[in-house]
Amino acid sequence: MNAQMPPPLLTVRDLTRTYGSRIGCAEVSFDLYHGEVLGIVGESGSGKSTLLSCLAGHLPPDSGRVVWDGTTDVLALPEAARRRLMRTEWAFVHQNPRDGLRMGVTAGGNVGERLMGAGARHFGQIRAQATDWLERVEIDPDRIDDRPRAFSGGMQQRLQIARNLVTGPRLVFMDEPTGGLDVSVQARLLDLLRGLVRRMGLSVIIVTHDLAVVRLLADRLMVMKSGRVVEQGLTDQVLDDPQHAYTQLLVSSVLQV
Amino acid sequence: MTDAAFNFAYLDEQTKRMLRRAILKAVAVPGYQVPFASREMPMPYGWGTGGVQVTAACLVPEDVLKVIDQGADDTTNAVSIRKFFVKTAGVAVTEATADASIIQTRHRIPEHPLTEGQILVFQVPIPEPLRFLEPRETETRKMHELEEYGLMHVKLYEDIARHGAIATSYAYPVRVEGRYVMDPSPIPKFDNPKLDGNPALMLFGAGREQRIYALPPYTRAISLDFEDHPFRPTKADHACSLCGSATSYLDEVITDDRGGRMFVCSDTDFCRSRREAAE
Repeated sequence: MNAQMPPPLLTVRDLTRTYGSRIGCAEVSFDLYHGEVLGIVGESGSGKSTLLSCLAGHLPPDSGRVVWDGTTDVLALPEAARRRLMRTEWAFVHQNPRDGLRMGVTAGGNVGERLMGAGARHFGQIRAQATDWLERVEIDPDRIDDRPRAFSGGMQQRLQIARNLVTGPRLVFMDEPTGGLDVSVQARLLDLLRGLVRRMGLSVIIVTHDLAVVRLLADRLMVMKSGRVVEQGLTDQVLDDPQHAYTQLLVSSVLQV
Repeated sequence: MTDAAFNFAYLDEQTKRMLRRAILKAVAVPGYQVPFASREMPMPYGWGTGGVQVTAACLVPEDVLKVIDQGADDTTNAVSIRKFFVKTAGVAVTEATADASIIQTRHRIPEHPLTEGQILVFQVPIPEPLRFLEPRETETRKMHELEEYGLMHVKLYEDIARHGAIATSYAYPVRVEGRYVMDPSPIPKFDNPKLDGNPALMLFGAGREQRIYALPPYTRAISLDFEDHPFRPTKADHACSLCGSATSYLDEVITDDRGGRMFVCSDTDFCRSRREAAE
């Protein structure tokens, strides 16, 4: 074992967010290491999405600490620096591609936006990179000048992933990336995601209620109920040998074909 | 003689004071859109209510006023605004660019070079250059605040992807002093180079949107572009049929219903003075 472990990429301590007297998420703590995929599962209303929004900076948490890369206190960052972090080092894949794409802008423009936001000013290079990324997410490069409206749901979701990964982020937040897709499209998307995550060495926090998704993608798993983390550990360990009563219920509720 | 029923230049002194404060702030922060309490004017929105208020706030009795609409001194918009200030302020008016101390304009910068001491007032319909890409005002303000202007290039990218070249030909965005991205009102991009380092003071007034912004004299205003698709000012590839100028911006005039057309200078004062000089 290496004595000098690198510091965690993301350290979260006692993160709490309430909506009035109701708990959104409470006292969530974890470490995320480089190249690690963390799954967050739980039923609807268990606080998964609140937690993800707080982590990604869409919602201000009431208390707690989020430390990026060992040194940067994300919640104390000035807004300009936080937004720069969000569009360079971080990425966010929404459940509904319409929330993450500009529907009136062509596929190439969608992929290029983050590049241009980061300062790219050479049309030919932006277009070449967009073409390359469309190929990587298995979209025909001929469709670079089509608008996302003309794409199927699965293609829109793949386009959203390309748009997010084009600047080479280190941490990707995903909110139910396979929700609303039919099973065969889901399988293809998962396969693609798994390949990209492994090849790019991405760290991922993925929120889902689909245990099959985390089984395929996640290294580690957090189970949430009523805003609190009730169990966490290696994915296979949690799913094969659930300790908490709620996790046991969750695992046993999966329909078998 | 000023009509006694009006204060000088129509607006009351407190309103002019409010406008001048907004103008001073706009001059101090070039390219930044300063909110102001726009008044109802005796003309409809879209007719230059913002420009009229800025002009009214700048006018003094010694001023010589010129009003142009698409470069022309004799179109409805120009004539009625000029008459408005003759009636309410009693100032002298002119059609000669060089003689004017204040020029209110819609959609053009005069061909005759402007000089120090002149004020050019633009009528602006939509002051926000990011508006059609990002409809939320809260978000566009944040983008200006944090200098997040990548989206502006997405628009230009889309132009090239669809048309093979930057097809935006008017309201072409400029970056002011390396800071704010500004919509120079719907002037043709042919006029954009005149914004950069111009010795005149340029004021922009948007009445309905309640914004004033400014380019002080000798301010850098660079048109946005791509390294491999540089900014190019464009005009119709003709010479003026009346005065023969090959360098001025042209209007295309349909002359009959059998495809007949002619190209004439959009700046009527420029065209007339060239024809008079040639005689």
